[in-house]
Amino acid sequence: MKKTFRIENLCCANCARKIEEGIKKIPGVIDAKIVFMTMKLNLEVEDGMLESVLIEAKKIAKKVEPDCEIPA
Amino acid sequence: MTRRQKRDLIRILAAGAFFAVAFFLPLSGWWRAIPFAIPYLIVGFPVLKSAFLSLIHGQWMNETFLMTVASLGAFVLGEFAEGVAVMLFSAVGELFESYAVGKSRNSVAELMTLCPDEATVLRNGAWITVSPDEIAVGETIRVLPGEKIPLDGVVMEGASSLDTRSLTGESLPRDIAVGDPAISGCVNLSGVLMLRVEKEFGESTASKILALVEDATANRAKTETFVASFARWYTPLVLILALFVGIVPPLVLGGWSEWIYRALEFLVVSCPCAVVISVPLTYFGGIGGASRKGILIKGSDRLEALAHADTVVFDKTGTLTRGVFEVTDVRGEDPEHVLEIAALCEQFSNHPIARSLREGWKGELSEERVSAFEETAGFGVSAVVDGQRYSVGNDRWMRMQGFVPMDTETVGTHIFVADAHRCFGVVTIADRLKENAVEALRSLRVLGVRRTVMLTGDSHRAAAGVAEECGVDSYKADLLPADKVLALKEVSDGAKGTVVFVGDGMNDAPVLASADVGVAMGAMGSDAAIEAADVVLMHDDLSALPVAVGVARKTRSIVLQNLVFSIGIKILVMILCATGVANMWYAVFADVGVSVLAILNAMRALSKKS
Repeated sequence: MKKTFRIENLCCANCARKIEEGIKKIPGVIDAKIVFMTMKLNLEVEDGMLESVLIEAKKIAKKVEPDCEIPA
Repeated sequence: MTRRQKRDLIRILAAGAFFAVAFFLPLSGWWRAIPFAIPYLIVGFPVLKSAFLSLIHGQWMNETFLMTVASLGAFVLGEFAEGVAVMLFSAVGELFESYAVGKSRNSVAELMTLCPDEATVLRNGAWITVSPDEIAVGETIRVLPGEKIPLDGVVMEGASSLDTRSLTGESLPRDIAVGDPAISGCVNLSGVLMLRVEKEFGESTASKILALVEDATANRAKTETFVASFARWYTPLVLILALFVGIVPPLVLGGWSEWIYRALEFLVVSCPCAVVISVPLTYFGGIGGASRKGILIKGSDRLEALAHADTVVFDKTGTLTRGVFEVTDVRGEDPEHVLEIAALCEQFSNHPIARSLREGWKGELSEERVSAFEETAGFGVSAVVDGQRYSVGNDRWMRMQGFVPMDTETVGTHIFVADAHRCFGVVTIADRLKENAVEALRSLRVLGVRRTVMLTGDSHRAAAGVAEECGVDSYKADLLPADKVLALKEVSDGAKGTVVFVGDGMNDAPVLASADVGVAMGAMGSDAAIEAADVVLMHDDLSALPVAVGVARKTRSIVLQNLVFSIGIKILVMILCATGVANMWYAVFADVGVSVLAILNAMRALSKKS
């Protein structure tokens, strides 16, 4: 399934790239894209995996940029 | 400015003031560290904190961490001013970046004001105001003059004119009356309109366009993929170089502090942000700028493909020509009489050609004057007008009745008119070229499009005339809809760049889809075309095509300039640092200065001028 999330307090394009690469490696993620210009995370995950993926994604975002939030 | 930006600005100004004072204090040696430490902590505190957190997370190859090492390193080496400069200017750069990104986000968001926040709907006999997404298909909404139409609908009551500028870039208002479709995003100019809602909010034109522009940058261009892989390798590579510079030469030559200082300079240059931000920002600007001109480009990849346009293939009817058949020429001893007879004889026929003849005749039609009307499908008609017998039809119809059709030189469909004795006139009916077709083709050529081709299902003769008139390089005629895909493929085989196909989106969806870039024209309100095409020209105006190619080329050249400039300066400064020509200030410029310049350059893509 595909879903779009907003990303908050993401202030650097390079960090966006790093977070995107990290999220792509989470098991269950088919594709992930962070569009820095619109502050959006487009996530495509296997069915039923969304919740666990999102928990991991938030951790990765925090790791790369401590202020960064993904309010679901 | 956002609150966060204001806070950062205050921090920068305060640090800047302390920094300036620190320069003039009459201190020497390590005492100088104290006044410089104040601005350092003021502006650098968030960076230090973030660096510390990153380190805990094991992310040491992180800008904030590297900056912290570089600036603290400068302090340790006694270069206090440089240490502060690294922090201070990177904060300036970051503030600028967030301001610039916010600004271009906003100017694309201006487009978002296409959708009004509320709509007035009739429920239980009263007008109430609700959010447009709560309105269902079939409900009645009211739009007052000055308001934006919130949902696609049909006019039930009232007449007005609409400003479609935000959708199409067209400044001429469009008149609408009862029964006409009203498209969301247009501004109602003069009268009160009652509309029956035809599409719910999410399916309405305005929201679709917004979604399209917003999501466009998710379709990344090759350059962006390149930048992402560049960024992945750049930082580690520069760090290895820094390590090398900091260790190997001093082992041989000595002078550790000098070489470590140079290594720290490398750390300052190691952030790829200038490159990483300026490329998507440019594409975003290009797509946003184009959409304000009524040109929707569905992705950075499409924008890039459009910039490489080498061959432009046009569908004929409805794209180069108006798709409306009109009387273009009347021949005979008395042309007025020829047209009058043709129109009178054809007044009972439903054939499209009959309609064109009737519209071409400026005089009055009269059913009383005509009797004994007979129609032979595929040939023509015969009738008695004012007591005289006439035949009107194609050349075969003339020959069937023993008449010799008159000679014709004009392009189009020929309708002959004969009385009881001979063929005495011919009317030419043709599709007219769009007003700006010639101009558009010329502009494309000026922009560097090498070849233009026209595809049509019409006969060679009709095609040749239109081709010559509008100035396309070549044409392929007699094509069935399925042949057009093959014809396009043939054209593509000979192309050096990308092949752009332009159609009106009516029945050329397969061709639109198989071209490198499919452009649908005049697609306002047509979902199928918006779906199938890569580029949508909202207004049925060919002159938007060279504008689109122009925007794409300009965006592309800004992207290239930024790539070459920012990577070039970084490499140059690294060489100067390694050889000791440059100091930390150069490195700060290569980091922040380049970022700012690249962003300023990227903002040009958004400009209204084409």
